[in-house]
Amino acid sequence: MIRVVLPPNLRTLARVDDEVELEVKTPVSQRSVLDALEARYPMLRGTIRDHVTKLRRPMVRFFACGEDLSHELPEAPLPDAIASGSEPFLIIGAIAGG
Amino acid sequence: MSKVRVLVGTKKGAFILTSDGTRKRWKVSGPHFAGWEIYHMKGSVVDPDRIYASQTSDWFGQIIQRSDDGGKTWSTPGSSPEELKSADGMAKAESNKFVYDGIPGTHQWYDGTQHPWEFKRVWHLEPSLDNPDHVYAGVEDAALFVSRDGGKSWSELSGLRKHDTGPKWQPGAGGMCLHTILLDATNPKRISVAISAAGAFRSDDGGDSWKPINRGLHSQYIPDPTAEVGHCVHRVAMHPSRPNTLFMQKHWDVMRSDNAGDSWQEVSGNLPSDFGFPIDVHAHEPETIYVVPIKSDSEHYPPSGRLRVYRSRTGGNEWQALTKGLPQRNCYVNVLRDAMSIDSLEPCGVYFGTTGGQVYASADAGDRWKPIVRDLPAVLSVEVQTLP
Repeated sequence: MIRVVLPPNLRTLARVDDEVELEVKTPVSQRSVLDALEARYPMLRGTIRDHVTKLRRPMVRFFACGEDLSHELPEAPLPDAIASGSEPFLIIGAIAGG
Repeated sequence: MSKVRVLVGTKKGAFILTSDGTRKRWKVSGPHFAGWEIYHMKGSVVDPDRIYASQTSDWFGQIIQRSDDGGKTWSTPGSSPEELKSADGMAKAESNKFVYDGIPGTHQWYDGTQHPWEFKRVWHLEPSLDNPDHVYAGVEDAALFVSRDGGKSWSELSGLRKHDTGPKWQPGAGGMCLHTILLDATNPKRISVAISAAGAFRSDDGGDSWKPINRGLHSQYIPDPTAEVGHCVHRVAMHPSRPNTLFMQKHWDVMRSDNAGDSWQEVSGNLPSDFGFPIDVHAHEPETIYVVPIKSDSEHYPPSGRLRVYRSRTGGNEWQALTKGLPQRNCYVNVLRDAMSIDSLEPCGVYFGTTGGQVYASADAGDRWKPIVRDLPAVLSVEVQTLP
């Protein structure tokens, strides 16, 4: 199971209290994680990446295993620790404003 | 006994205030959608329990919320996995998908250069007058969208944005927003809108084609003060019984038109400042209108630190300050363009919210005021529903 941590505003929207666990097809990538996340929580579509272009929204970041993966290619494999579920995939609202 | 429901959008969530027809004691529910900006909420006149909300964030974009039980519960229309399966098996979840029709093109940017049209948020939601599933959305960058399935999906009425003058439209300080949508109960084909800073526009064919309706406006801050477009219209109001009479609060100047916007005349009269944002019309007296004068475009607070609503019973020009119950010293809040509303009880109630988080109400058409809630986040919008 892939563990995903949502920012508080998206937790409110998806009506979840804690991190979510997802079944994700291999290879595990940003794209496959987000596809699974949006399939399970359709109300999140358009909030993390654009509906049409599928590009990450400018003020959303992806962190994992102490690294900023925001600028990796969407189809690039995520670290093994994410794929195994030992580390969560973090979706972060950029620190900007209040 | 009748009831009222006040829908309050704030910088950090939505609040719903309810009272019986006496409008003396209020129940506050919220925050709904905590932490999100709620630009606007509005209920259907056909089904008052159907309420649409624009929930938005610079980080996470646009969300449309819908309630079918008067605001007790909410959902994003069409995003449950059981409905609207698309070809790939995923729910379409397109209630927040606002995509301009065709190639969006460009409009004028602050520095005078051309800038691509980019969707940012929904400023105003206007349910249709005859079907609770039909609702219009005024968006930034300025365009008009419509949903005919209860907010599940949206399409642009692109004749407006594609008007020949589009490349000359420019954003106001708050962005290039379409903030006013007026529907005419006597003429279903007529829609009037207003855009900051482009001006007012009218369609007489259901939104297919549009014409600017800005003749008579005078704006010193644009190169040609009487140009066809470029005027920073802050708000337009209309009484449903007099659809050809429009009242406008412009960046500066309060204006009126008696021919559905074909021409305008200034009615600022004795106002202490003719700058402001909201304007609204009495529920039962079509010539009685309300504004909240603000000192200037750089000083977004009431003149002399005194919060005063001004009422004209003559359709403008002659204005009376309404001060009873409102702070008359050290008050430096603003009242935004969508933050005033009027119920249809007798006498009608007038409501407005401030950037200081107060919602003031008058149960006697403006004579006396009191805060029905205070210390909310900054108020972005106020709508009232009069319920049986």
